[in-house]
Amino acid sequence: MHSSVITFPGSNCDRDMDVALKKFGFKNRMVWHDDVELPKSDLVVLPGGFSYGDYLRCGSMASKSKIMKSILNFAQGGGKVMGVCNGFQILVESGLLPGVLLRNKYLEFICKNVFVKINNKDNSYFKDDKKDIYELHIAHNEGNYFCSKEQIKEINDNNQIALFYSDKNGNINEQSNPNGSLQNIAGIFNKQKNVLGMMPHPERMIDPALSGEDGSIFFENLINNLR
Amino acid sequence: MKISVVITLKRDVLDPQGKVIHQTLYGMGFEGINEIRQGKYFEIDTKENDKKKAEAKVDEMCKKLLANLVIEDFKIIR
Repeated sequence: MHSSVITFPGSNCDRDMDVALKKFGFKNRMVWHDDVELPKSDLVVLPGGFSYGDYLRCGSMASKSKIMKSILNFAQGGGKVMGVCNGFQILVESGLLPGVLLRNKYLEFICKNVFVKINNKDNSYFKDDKKDIYELHIAHNEGNYFCSKEQIKEINDNNQIALFYSDKNGNINEQSNPNGSLQNIAGIFNKQKNVLGMMPHPERMIDPALSGEDGSIFFENLINNLR
Repeated sequence: MKISVVITLKRDVLDPQGKVIHQTLYGMGFEGINEIRQGKYFEIDTKENDKKKAEAKVDEMCKKLLANLVIEDFKIIR
């Protein structure tokens, strides 16, 4: 399985993602944002960080970079594209995913472990996942998911919500919503479910000695599903 | 030709920064404020001399990059 991680100026989780993908069997390549051609890939990952210093709006500049044209084509052809944190922000700014990520409700940068509940396993990312609830890390200032009333209706009608913020038992409520996200949304798919954006960082949970193992479960399951 | 653009959050989008500014001003003694909404202002100096053409270009810039129409409205001002 071949993967590509895109590095934008200001990405800072790109190498963590590279380590995680390689650990679970991907042959990963780092791709520079100014490149035009995407190497042959089964999965493209837009990593976390602060691309272009979060100028204008998070992810807005990166979403117009040269490599994004190839990524748009790749995704429109059914290719798997996953964005984590700033990668999620880039995906919504590029139009591959609906909605937008606003400043956190209480205006604070949030850096902590949270629980997320998988909402839809009928896709390559979570199919046959042995867990329903992950403990993952979030670190963001703009993770407050928002979209129009028409968009949220369409998202629910098409079962596009991937992950909800929840408590450890899977209860989805205001107390388990760290940033004010609409309907506790932590991650969403496009209509075809080949594009996934999420705020939590699975690549930070791949070592039980350092953090936890729920990211390992995600990546192991992902590569098995793509095989 | 210089063209200015003001970008504001749509009415139904929460503006926590505006709220905090409101509260701070209130704490400083500025009473009687109903609401504060924070926005962005751009000055674009374009080589185009035809006003209509310049505005059309800026309109396109707003739609494609400067504003996110899911949450923001923009207004071109001269």
